[in-house]
Amino acid sequence: MSFIPAPLSRFFHRTASPPHFYALADKLVPWLTVLFLLLLIPGLYGGLVAAPADYQQGDSYRIIYIHVPAAWMSLFIYVLMAVMGGIALVWRMKLAEVMLISSAPIGAGFTFVALVTGSLWGKPMWGTWWVWDARLTSELILLFLYLGVTSLYGAIEDKRSAARAVSILALVGVVNIPIIHYSVEWWNTLHQGPTVSKMDKPSIHISMLIPLLLMAGAFKLYYAIAVLQSAKLELIKREPSAQWVKSLLENKA
Amino acid sequence: MTLESFFAMGGYAFYVWTSYGITFAVLLWNLFAPIVLRKQLLRQLALKQKRGQR
Repeated sequence: MSFIPAPLSRFFHRTASPPHFYALADKLVPWLTVLFLLLLIPGLYGGLVAAPADYQQGDSYRIIYIHVPAAWMSLFIYVLMAVMGGIALVWRMKLAEVMLISSAPIGAGFTFVALVTGSLWGKPMWGTWWVWDARLTSELILLFLYLGVTSLYGAIEDKRSAARAVSILALVGVVNIPIIHYSVEWWNTLHQGPTVSKMDKPSIHISMLIPLLLMAGAFKLYYAIAVLQSAKLELIKREPSAQWVKSLLENKA
Repeated sequence: MTLESFFAMGGYAFYVWTSYGITFAVLLWNLFAPIVLRKQLLRQLALKQKRGQR
């Protein structure tokens, strides 16, 4: 890390050391949980109660408040994993490996949710549960990438080499992300085009947009909380006989 | 709006509530599974440590 100033580099190394990170996670989780609820509750209320029904889709469109944030998270978490993979490969940073592997099941969860809620939305609106179009197929491939990361990591005994392998997989798989994002523009698909990201003039009413953004924020915070819990487990699994784990046990006893 | 019409979701109750139900089940699982597993692991490690001391 020669191009990073020494104090900053020291800060990173200290924060990234397992005992510091473990303690930091414990301090952060309560605050993140409060913020999460502050976004989730008005988000759910706004989406399920306050927002009007859609003039074309009736109340079925309310699936959007979980479908779209979940789909965004499925892309966001994968990009984060690829970044972690890059850091893990270049600097051999253990924490990056742990964050990468801890993110995979959560990303798989969001991808699964995006697919299932999309299917449950598609049935009443399109008349079909599934079509093999570009958007749906590339999102399904994303699910397999997430599951592939988890199973590849589990299959290799030595965890340092396992982490290298999944870092490479995460980096290679990132080509799928722009394909998913632009699939509705590049190909003719049944899936509707973007409604929110047209920044100049989003084609969604403000009373529908606000709960959507609240839910998107809530899902981001959920990810932060869940990934910290998952990382805490992974850190102990990685070095069960480390001194900091021993002192952790003594403090508990 | 009545409670009844809220649950009816304009006739789309099955699709809307199944979507929300599955979502919350998946998110809760991914949040609590690592917490439960960590507690189990810590208990095992504590037991091992006790045995090792004797």
